[in-house]
Amino acid sequence: MLPSPLVTPGFVAAGLDLQASFSSWLESLGLSVALARAIWLPLPMLLVLTAAVVGVLVNVWLERKISAAVQQRIGPEYAGALGILQPLADGLKLLVKEDVIPARADGLLFTLGPVLVLVPVILSWLVVPFGQNLLISNVGVGIFLWISLSSIQPIGLLMSGYASNNKYSLLGGLRAAAQSISYEIPLALAVLAIVMMSNSLSTVDIVNQQTGAGILSWNIWRQPVGFVIFWICALAECERLPFDLPEAEEELVAGYQTEYAGMKFALFYLGSYINLVLSALLVSVLYLGGWGFPIPVEWLAQWLGQPIDAPLVQVITASVGIVMTVLKAYLLVFFAILLRWTVPRVRIDQLLDLGWKFLLPIALVNLLVTAALKLAFPMAFGG
Amino acid sequence: MTIATTTEQICFLILAATIVLGSLGVVLLSNIVYSAFLLGGVFLAVAGIYLLLNASFVAAAQVLVYVGAVNVLILFAIMLVNKKESLSAIPSLLLRRVLSGAVCLGLFTLLLRVAFTTAWPLPGPQPIGEEATLRIGEHFFSDYLLPFELASVLLLMAMIGAIVLARRDVYASDVITGEPADQGLIEKARTPLLINRSETSTTL
Repeated sequence: MLPSPLVTPGFVAAGLDLQASFSSWLESLGLSVALARAIWLPLPMLLVLTAAVVGVLVNVWLERKISAAVQQRIGPEYAGALGILQPLADGLKLLVKEDVIPARADGLLFTLGPVLVLVPVILSWLVVPFGQNLLISNVGVGIFLWISLSSIQPIGLLMSGYASNNKYSLLGGLRAAAQSISYEIPLALAVLAIVMMSNSLSTVDIVNQQTGAGILSWNIWRQPVGFVIFWICALAECERLPFDLPEAEEELVAGYQTEYAGMKFALFYLGSYINLVLSALLVSVLYLGGWGFPIPVEWLAQWLGQPIDAPLVQVITASVGIVMTVLKAYLLVFFAILLRWTVPRVRIDQLLDLGWKFLLPIALVNLLVTAALKLAFPMAFGG
Repeated sequence: MTIATTTEQICFLILAATIVLGSLGVVLLSNIVYSAFLLGGVFLAVAGIYLLLNASFVAAAQVLVYVGAVNVLILFAIMLVNKKESLSAIPSLLLRRVLSGAVCLGLFTLLLRVAFTTAWPLPGPQPIGEEATLRIGEHFFSDYLLPFELASVLLLMAMIGAIVLARRDVYASDVITGEPADQGLIEKARTPLLINRSETSTTL
């Protein structure tokens, strides 16, 4: 049996609380509590937004380089060292391109569609934790917020598919909606099994439940089936190959984004990559111990004879947490990119069959087995 | 007045205006696609009101169920049966509109009267915040068990009905009209997709 996760409030270090220190600093300058809070509020949001966009740039570069390596090419190499500025050049190109709205398209819905695709994805970053207190908001509904926000996306896809007034776009939009409805259910069931084990929807609690014994207490060992289901469904939700049916080039030109150009296309592009990074981050939060180091940092600090609450140790712990979260996420992104450039696309009937006839029953069985194990071994399965 | 209450009031005003104008749009617009998208907007605004009332779980469930499932299915249905047909003029349209308008107005005055005559307890019950999710779960499995189970039976019935309607190929006669089933339809349903590319070209 695996060692029980020793989650006691005293054991888990409180971690850096930037908000408390920032607020107390502002209050010492003579500002009111409410005003200090109002000044604090936009800062983490801007920081996370910037992090998300930078994450996309890194992602685009990785995609280009890894695809090149898979196909035995060199990839971008003139824009900056190793082509590292290539994503910026791409972004700049999209920014200055002419913004075309087709003549017979529905202008309003055509503009609103990409926005509706991007905004929920960015909002979902609200619950991604990079440390004990290093997240925008530790809302109680946590991971459920992400599931419900990601269900808004198909409306944006349907909207842009319809508004383009193009049969390929409409088919792409319909496919995207069908795909995202089918894969949402096994995804939610896989998450539910995790939630059952950690007795909380909050992402911070889910990670805290996986600390204790380092790599051995990560959820991937207790939920291997759930991990595979979640990863497949996350790829399908991100419309990555092998599930990129909505924009299958050979059949649908580019699906719902056929008629888009310039910044509106860039919104789709940004949305899909932010979604990929977000999914990878959430896989690492749910299954790979989030910000946890493979060996608990508390043990390391004890071994080095440092008190865990010392300011310097706290800063180092927080940085290690951020690095670990990002590292795990980008490892998963690497696998997603490698998958994209190695496997062929599935057919739409295979896709729906996989979702409804295979993943859904397996996810249900996984949930029931988790419930049974939780009753039988409350020590190891979060009692 | 503090910053928090001001923000709350501004948010409430925006959300309330969105709900009222949006629902008027859902009813009054002639383009059904616009109505469906506006309906999604109204659902989202209602979720925002729940958030203002400190019911974050209900808000998230509202978005998941109403926006993510109900509204997407409505849109899906509209776009799959997007047939161009010229509707024939309905006789005495004006009278119908006046009558339905009168009914709506009556209902509205009734609701207004209820809203103004009920002695609402002020201030309302204390919001329990994050604990609400736990409390909802407890209620589902104790005193609200029967409605909860009834709702699931209702969903099961709808699901079985949908399967029966969709799988006409397993019945020799049509489940609705009782006529012998269309043999061509049965053949088509039993042919796997994309095997005979020359005959079938269904690729959705």
